[in-house]
Amino acid sequence: MTIPVRRFDAVIVGGGGAGLRAALQLSESGLKTAVLSKVFPTRSHTVAAQGGISASLGNVQEDRWEWHMFDTVKGSDWLGDQDAIEFMCRKAPEAVIELEHFGMPFDRLENGKIYQRPFGGHTQNEGEAPVQRACAAADRTGHAMLHTLYQRNVRANTQFFIEWMALDLIRDEDGDVVGVTALEMETGEVYNFHAKGVLFATGGAGRIYAASTNAFINTGDGLGMSVRAGIPLEDMEFWQFHPTGVAGAGVLITEGVRGEGGILLNANGERFMERYAPNLKDLAPRDFVARSMEQEVLEGRGCGPNKDHVLLKLDHLGPDIIKQRLPGIREIAIKFAGVDPIKEPIPVIPTCHYMMGGIPTNYRGEVVIPKGDNPEARVNGFYAAGECACASVHGANRLGTNSLLDLVVFGKSAGDSMVEFIKNEMPTWKPLPANAGQISLDRIARLDNQTGGEEVADVRAAMQRTVQARAAVFRNSENLALGVKEIQEVAERVKRTQIKDKSKVFNTARVEALELENLIEVAVATLISADARKESRGAHAHADYQERDDEVWMKHTLYYGEDRRLTYKPVHTKPLSVEYIAPKVRTF
Amino acid sequence: MTDFDPIELKRIRWRSRRGLLELDLVLERFLANGFDQLTTAELFAYQKCLDLGDNDFLDYVNGKAEVDDPELAHIIGILRAA
Repeated sequence: MTIPVRRFDAVIVGGGGAGLRAALQLSESGLKTAVLSKVFPTRSHTVAAQGGISASLGNVQEDRWEWHMFDTVKGSDWLGDQDAIEFMCRKAPEAVIELEHFGMPFDRLENGKIYQRPFGGHTQNEGEAPVQRACAAADRTGHAMLHTLYQRNVRANTQFFIEWMALDLIRDEDGDVVGVTALEMETGEVYNFHAKGVLFATGGAGRIYAASTNAFINTGDGLGMSVRAGIPLEDMEFWQFHPTGVAGAGVLITEGVRGEGGILLNANGERFMERYAPNLKDLAPRDFVARSMEQEVLEGRGCGPNKDHVLLKLDHLGPDIIKQRLPGIREIAIKFAGVDPIKEPIPVIPTCHYMMGGIPTNYRGEVVIPKGDNPEARVNGFYAAGECACASVHGANRLGTNSLLDLVVFGKSAGDSMVEFIKNEMPTWKPLPANAGQISLDRIARLDNQTGGEEVADVRAAMQRTVQARAAVFRNSENLALGVKEIQEVAERVKRTQIKDKSKVFNTARVEALELENLIEVAVATLISADARKESRGAHAHADYQERDDEVWMKHTLYYGEDRRLTYKPVHTKPLSVEYIAPKVRTF
Repeated sequence: MTDFDPIELKRIRWRSRRGLLELDLVLERFLANGFDQLTTAELFAYQKCLDLGDNDFLDYVNGKAEVDDPELAHIIGILRAA
């Protein structure tokens, strides 16, 4: 069967902040650029980013990019690449001012400059005092960014393919990337997009966890496609969590609730934090509370029919305090947990928020993989930016407001690299391999012909339960080893999923089955990478190895899907222009 | 019951996937329970909701913002109850 071909200079998969920023760079340079997106670009998950975008503008207090760099290196627990971190922090003021010039409606000071608010982890002079570094557009910073960038792209003639799902990466016999195969949802037809360069900006994959703040579209499509095309994934053991999301929903309950006197209870009605943290109790640090909660669940003291969560009790505060000080929380509890906290406790569980790992890139947005003696050889024609990429600036733990910065700085940088590559090295298209797109057709045919298989929703739930139980915030050797075994069993079940609806047009069931094939690659990568790392660093807190071990483990994990093996590569310790920031114990 | 184009109904289902988890959760519940009973007029109104930006849509559904458009007010009421 021949697959129809569409040809562009550059194809971008994903219409969130990173994809749109990269597309703008390409279109404005005169290259014919396509953006493929499962949903309308302004409804990408970037819209959920509220906090702001960090940059050392120094509009409110003295600030320097070197201080921002220090905070980011420290936040990363020394797993971030210092050249990429320097690049991002130095470029930040320019990136924000550029957005301002594009028309992004930032909050302002009376003198007309962009207002900056404080945010956790951002400090002056290497931890001396908090600094106001976050630029925001009310509580809609991500939304404002998407609209601004989308409008600019329309003006620059970027061609949008909306409600198209990319299925697989096309690599030729040299290993170069020459396109991507995609499904047009409206017709159910499959096309090959032939390109001189392909950029993935597909966002995170938080849906591998049962408890996640991520929207349903965050299914790690770029990561799944990369793994199937033989590209390794970097640092997949590192996921950021919030301690209290509504169990079964993922919507966050702010820590302010515990500040007001809310307490956590296990199935026996015990206030278990008194046992773990006799002094601070429920107000112990965020990661400590999250691990304690999960330990209660793992030891069988979880609540509910599946014993998979704990309870956040507020009713003792009385209806007046709840209504006055926590009205939003009451509304969330009623809507998403079905309980009124004035009368009943809220079921809560540590909830996944952000993926630090991803497709390995350098600070130029080029995808780099080991080849011979070179741990970071460029994959010709392949780029990645945003949450799906691992540059790596977030290392083992991301600082708040650095994610929006990541999108625009590395979106632009990757766009520039692509322009340079396409104009200087690609006078014409490399031919598509004869079998281009066959793997995608085979995947769809398998789904259409599968009999005696399982429902997608059931297998997805099994995957989410496994990852949540084995690789969330409480990690130990026994639990991770079990998780590796269990997730590989789930992966076998994913190969036999079945859909009832075999129609072609807007077949959501088929899309969800294809998404699950991406999620499971991320889930397996997460378990295998986490099981191997015998230390505690950033978001990877290992109960049997509680210290950071720079001697052995200051290195990036690389996971290969074809044989589920791991290799490692060094962390970049040489910044671009400043001195190396040597590891210290992280204290706050 | 409605004589709405069945393909359009499938498109609406897909477009109910949003950028914000809170909306995903509300709309998922609504699609499973309530959506199939919508009249043609309500379906048109729901389509119009799907064209809203996610933050505005969520503010309506959460009751944080008043719905001025009478055509939307009714369907938002249904979503609030979902």
